[in-house]
Amino acid sequence: MAEVYDIIIIGAGPGGLAAGIYASRSKLKTLVIEKGRVGGQAATTEEMENYPGYFSGTTGPELMEKMHQHAQHFGCQFVKDEVVDLELGEFQKTVITKKGRYHAKAVIIGSGAQPRPLGVMGEQELKGKGVSYCATCDADFFEDLDVVVVGNGDAAIEEAIYLTRFAAKVSIIVIHDEGILDATKVIQERALANDKIEFVWNSVLEEIKGDGLVESVLVKNLKTGEVTDLEANGVFIFVGTVPRTQFLQGKVDLDERGYIPTSQLMETSQDGVYAVGDVRQKYLRQVVTAASDGAIAAVAAEKFIHEEENFQTEVLQKEKVAVMFWTPMEQACLDQVPLVEEMAAAGKLDLVKIDTYRNQRIARRYNIEQLPTLLFLEDGAETGRETGPLTREKLQSHF
Amino acid sequence: MLEVNKENFEQEVLNQKGLVLVDYWSPKCEPCMELLPSMEELEAKFESVKFCKLDILKNRRLAIGQKVMGLPTILIYLDGEKKGELSKDFSIEDVEQKLRELGA
Repeated sequence: MAEVYDIIIIGAGPGGLAAGIYASRSKLKTLVIEKGRVGGQAATTEEMENYPGYFSGTTGPELMEKMHQHAQHFGCQFVKDEVVDLELGEFQKTVITKKGRYHAKAVIIGSGAQPRPLGVMGEQELKGKGVSYCATCDADFFEDLDVVVVGNGDAAIEEAIYLTRFAAKVSIIVIHDEGILDATKVIQERALANDKIEFVWNSVLEEIKGDGLVESVLVKNLKTGEVTDLEANGVFIFVGTVPRTQFLQGKVDLDERGYIPTSQLMETSQDGVYAVGDVRQKYLRQVVTAASDGAIAAVAAEKFIHEEENFQTEVLQKEKVAVMFWTPMEQACLDQVPLVEEMAAAGKLDLVKIDTYRNQRIARRYNIEQLPTLLFLEDGAETGRETGPLTREKLQSHF
Repeated sequence: MLEVNKENFEQEVLNQKGLVLVDYWSPKCEPCMELLPSMEELEAKFESVKFCKLDILKNRRLAIGQKVMGLPTILIYLDGEKKGELSKDFSIEDVEQKLRELGA
C-alpha cells in the first residue's frame, strides 16, 4: 500500500508555505511539492516592505526562507519535483509528477503565476540578451547602462527604483496620461523623487531591436502617433502575470484567463481540492493575501478530511443506516428531529444527522434540495428517501 | 563544476576540444540557484562534457562579451565555438536534450 498523505501542497510560495505551516501544525501528514526553489515569486524580489511586521531591510528571499523553516519546524515535508497531472474525483487523490506518484486525501494548489510577456517584436529573440522579467536576476549586467521599464503597477515601479542602484538611467514607459500611475501612492512618490528615473507618458513599447544584444526600443506615443527610437541596453517588463495552470486543464474549473475560481473556503470545483495565492481568481495578489489563503485552505482541508472520514465510517461502511439532512436554522427541522430520533431508536437503526448549514458538500452530493430529508442507505448505497414534513406514516415502512 | 573566470575562460572554454557547457549564474538570481543542483546531477551523467560555471557578478564584462545579458543562461561550446544556447525559462530536461542534439 502506497503512502497516503493527508494534504499535498503543490508549490512552495507564500500560499503553499502558509498552508504547510497550518496543516503540519495540526498534525496532518503534509507534503509540499516544489519544482524549483522554495519561495515562489516572492523570492525573486529584493524589496519586501508590506508584509506585516517586516519593514526594515528584510528581503523577499529572507522572508520566504523563514516561512520554509517555519513549516519544517512543524514537520512539513518537502520534495523537489514537478507536477504534471492529477487524478481527482475520489476521496484519495493522486498527484503525478515527473519522478513518481503521490497520494493524498486533500490537495492544495499553489502553483502561482509567472510574468506575462508583452508580445512585441524582438522580445522572444532578445530574452536573456537584455530583455528581462526579473530585476534581481539581471540588474548587475546593467551597471552604468540605460534601461527601459515597461509597466506602471507596484511591481514595475518598485523594480524600476531597485534598478536605479545599478543603471545610469531608467526610463519607465507608461501608457497613461502624465502623472497617472497604477502603483501605490507611496511608491509613486519615491519614483517621482528619483532623479535617475525618467517617465515616458502616453506611450507603449512597440519593438525591441538589437543584433545579439538589445540596442534600442521603439516607443510609440499614443496621443501623437509618433514613434521614437530610444537607445537602451536593457528592457525590463512588468505587465502583470499569467497563472501556471496548464497542468490543470480539464481537472478543475478555470476562468477564461486560466485562474482558478474558488469559494471563500478556497475550494475549487473539485471536492477536497483547494487553490491558494496568485493562481486563484482574486482581487489582490500579495504575499500577505497568499499566506491568508494558505491558512484558510489548510483549515478547510482539515475539516473536509475529518468530515469525509467520519461519513465513511459512520455511513458508507455501515450495513444499514439513516441519514437526516437538516439545519437548526429552520423551525420545521427542529420540530421533526425528535420524531425521527424516536423512530430510529425504536427500529434499532443507526441515525446520522448532517447539519447542512455546516456541511453543504455531502448534501450536494446526494442532491438534497429540501430540508429535512431523510436518506436510507445499505452498504453505502441509497435504498430510499423521504422529504419533509416527515410524519410517522411516511417513516413507518423504513424503520 | 569548474569555476571559470576572466583569467581562465580562454584556456578552459575557448581553447578546449569537444563540448564545454558554461552555466552563467549569480548568487542574486533565484532561478539560477534552483538550477545549480540539477546541473551538478547532469554533470555526473555526461562524462564527455566539461561542465563550468561563471559568476557574472565577478565577470560581468566577460559575460556581456559572450552576449549574455540575462540569467540563467547556459551556453554550450564545441571546440571553442558557441553551438547551443538556453536562456530564462528552460528546464533541466531542455539542457539534457540540447547536449544530446550536439552529440554528447
